[in-house]
Amino acid sequence: MYRYDDYDRALVKARVDQFRDQTARWQAGELGDEEFRPLRLQNGLYMQRHAPMLRIAVPYAMISAAQLRVLAAIAREEDKGYAHFTTRHNLQYNWIPMARVPEVLARLAEVEMHAIQTSGNCIRNVTSDQFSGIAPDEVVDTRPLAEIIRQWSTFHPEFAFLPRKFKIAVHGAERDRAVVQVHDIGLHLYRDDKGEVLARVWVGGGLGRTPILGEIIHEGLPWRHLLSYMEAIIRVYNLEGRRDNPYKARIKILVKALGIEEFRRKVDAEWASLKDGPATITDAELARVSAYFTAPAYAQLPDTDADYEARLASDKAFARWVQQNVHAHRVPGYRAVTLSLKAKGQAPGDITDTQMDAVADLADAYSFGELRSSHEQNLVLSDVELRKLPELFDKAKALKLASSTVGLLTDIICCPGGDFCDLANAKSIPIAKAIMERFDDLDYLHDIGELDLNISGCMNACGHHHVGHIGVLGVDKNDEEWYQVTIGGRQGNDTRLGKVIGPSFAAADMPDVVTKLLETYVSLREPEERFVETVVRVGLDPFKLSVYGESARDRANKKKEAENG
Amino acid sequence: MAEILKNGQVHSDNWQVLHLEADTDPAAQTVAPGQWLVPFNVWVAQRDAFKTRAGEIGVWLSATDDLNAVAAEFAAWPLVAIDFPKFTDGRGYSIAWRLRNHHKYTGELRAIGNVLVDQLFFMLRVGFDTLALDPKVSTEIALKHLTPFPDTYQGSTDNPEPLFRQVDRVLGGARS
Repeated sequence: MYRYDDYDRALVKARVDQFRDQTARWQAGELGDEEFRPLRLQNGLYMQRHAPMLRIAVPYAMISAAQLRVLAAIAREEDKGYAHFTTRHNLQYNWIPMARVPEVLARLAEVEMHAIQTSGNCIRNVTSDQFSGIAPDEVVDTRPLAEIIRQWSTFHPEFAFLPRKFKIAVHGAERDRAVVQVHDIGLHLYRDDKGEVLARVWVGGGLGRTPILGEIIHEGLPWRHLLSYMEAIIRVYNLEGRRDNPYKARIKILVKALGIEEFRRKVDAEWASLKDGPATITDAELARVSAYFTAPAYAQLPDTDADYEARLASDKAFARWVQQNVHAHRVPGYRAVTLSLKAKGQAPGDITDTQMDAVADLADAYSFGELRSSHEQNLVLSDVELRKLPELFDKAKALKLASSTVGLLTDIICCPGGDFCDLANAKSIPIAKAIMERFDDLDYLHDIGELDLNISGCMNACGHHHVGHIGVLGVDKNDEEWYQVTIGGRQGNDTRLGKVIGPSFAAADMPDVVTKLLETYVSLREPEERFVETVVRVGLDPFKLSVYGESARDRANKKKEAENG
Repeated sequence: MAEILKNGQVHSDNWQVLHLEADTDPAAQTVAPGQWLVPFNVWVAQRDAFKTRAGEIGVWLSATDDLNAVAAEFAAWPLVAIDFPKFTDGRGYSIAWRLRNHHKYTGELRAIGNVLVDQLFFMLRVGFDTLALDPKVSTEIALKHLTPFPDTYQGSTDNPEPLFRQVDRVLGGARS
């Protein structure tokens, strides 16, 4: 993975010094709360319900065992012994006192980590595919260009005070695992028939209050023009994006207001003078950064193993884990393994300090000391020998990191919600926990099959509820927490936004609602048909009927009785 | 007499910022003797009259002013200022960048308005060369915060070359 050179190190250290100074000036009253606010946000520091929340960047999902150990130590010594992986690869602490943050950032800088631009109205941490560099369907390894984008966007002088946050995602495989269409800029890297890397550029996607899928603004952009082209997009946005209403300030609103044709015309006019200018990425720079992402020293292995096969045949639990949590790898004899952070009773994405230490040990022992964080809020050991899978399973199970549910109903994506977040309208973790409690029968979960259940505690949609096969959105009605349900959303190449099935529900009803949705699916599904495909085929009505039918009938009956006196 | 920052030092300065009076036609706005930064629409309305006051009339821009029609006349302005109505309004950075790079304005470019300490580095990078600090900001503190970073990853007006074109970043290598 990328390692800092003297330049990176000096910049991150300067950032720590700068933030230490800013914090001191704020404490001394030289900086007002309002003036300090964007400065702390651009260092990942929010004021939350109970305490500050500090969000650490995990650029394009890559994290080393050494880094994870420091994250564990910080959780233990500065926080309450746990941390939370987000839907954008990042890691959040919830209880670090404000005054300690500069020290924590200094400690992170020593292992080449930071919290730069993990919040605020600026270019955020670039996200990507957690299987970059190893996926069999990968066409372009996104990591070198993602790192180049990270550096370009870091302390960008012109784009530190955009109308609103700005998220860039990049994928380079046949299957999009980075949900690029719901980002302000989504990049799909591919190759032309000469092998040259090109980008399909999507713009104006985003979830939140007004969910919109991005539109293609440029097809076939050669990789060397990525920075200058994005500079043109963001300059037009910076100048013309709305600043009168934060809910209308994302680039998606501007693109919709102008129309993609007009927006493209403006971007092209801006780009005309930038194209082939100094921002053009050089072959030497791509080669320099790519050299950090060479393949590890893989052993020459057969793509099978007798002990592995024997365990697979004899141990149903292991077989299930392999089926759900073990992923194909481009190198024979290797697999990628998802360590699930979705054990029953656990807040999705949460991990304790001891688990982090143990995962770091697993990464050292089984995966060349590197791992990934997925936007589904799990961890991935990217390069595990097939023959080591049985022992890894046993160890992961002992650590409660082997729930064989990756991609299933209880692999819930869930924001921290009202338990922690100041923005939330409703709690989300208790909903996730209640659903995990209800559906803990693995046979049933496997029978239901692939199902993305995503929960957000408010319109900001950190839990990506719009693209869940089942999406749950917490809403506030007269100071009560209610939950609106959507179905039919999906991520991937055919990203779609889910549709609302009807009036919202009380928290206590949510497991029943999910049960009814699943019963409907089971009764209607055709062989090999996933939940979301059944929704597409039969439409919303059968699901609505099963969920609302009875109560609607009850209401109708009561009305009738009342009328009959 | 006001203080501005220029080349890392404090300078005294006689320029005053004129705001269009309420309900006043830009063409009818009076501009007293002395050095004045006038709103763009006042300048557009009175540009011929201002020709007799060479060196005395500069222009300050707000984010909504359309400069394209008058780009050819920038060179005659002794001073252009860009107003930051609020420090979180980042349009001024892109306006400055465009003025320098698209319109090739080479004269003095000043940041005015809610100009605070922690944005000065960015302002200097995008093309401002003088900074009129918000009155509540300590000049002494501001001077200490002009260059918080030793290097810059990306190009801008101050140096269009990104770091990868400025230096040879040998794999894992030491600073050259």
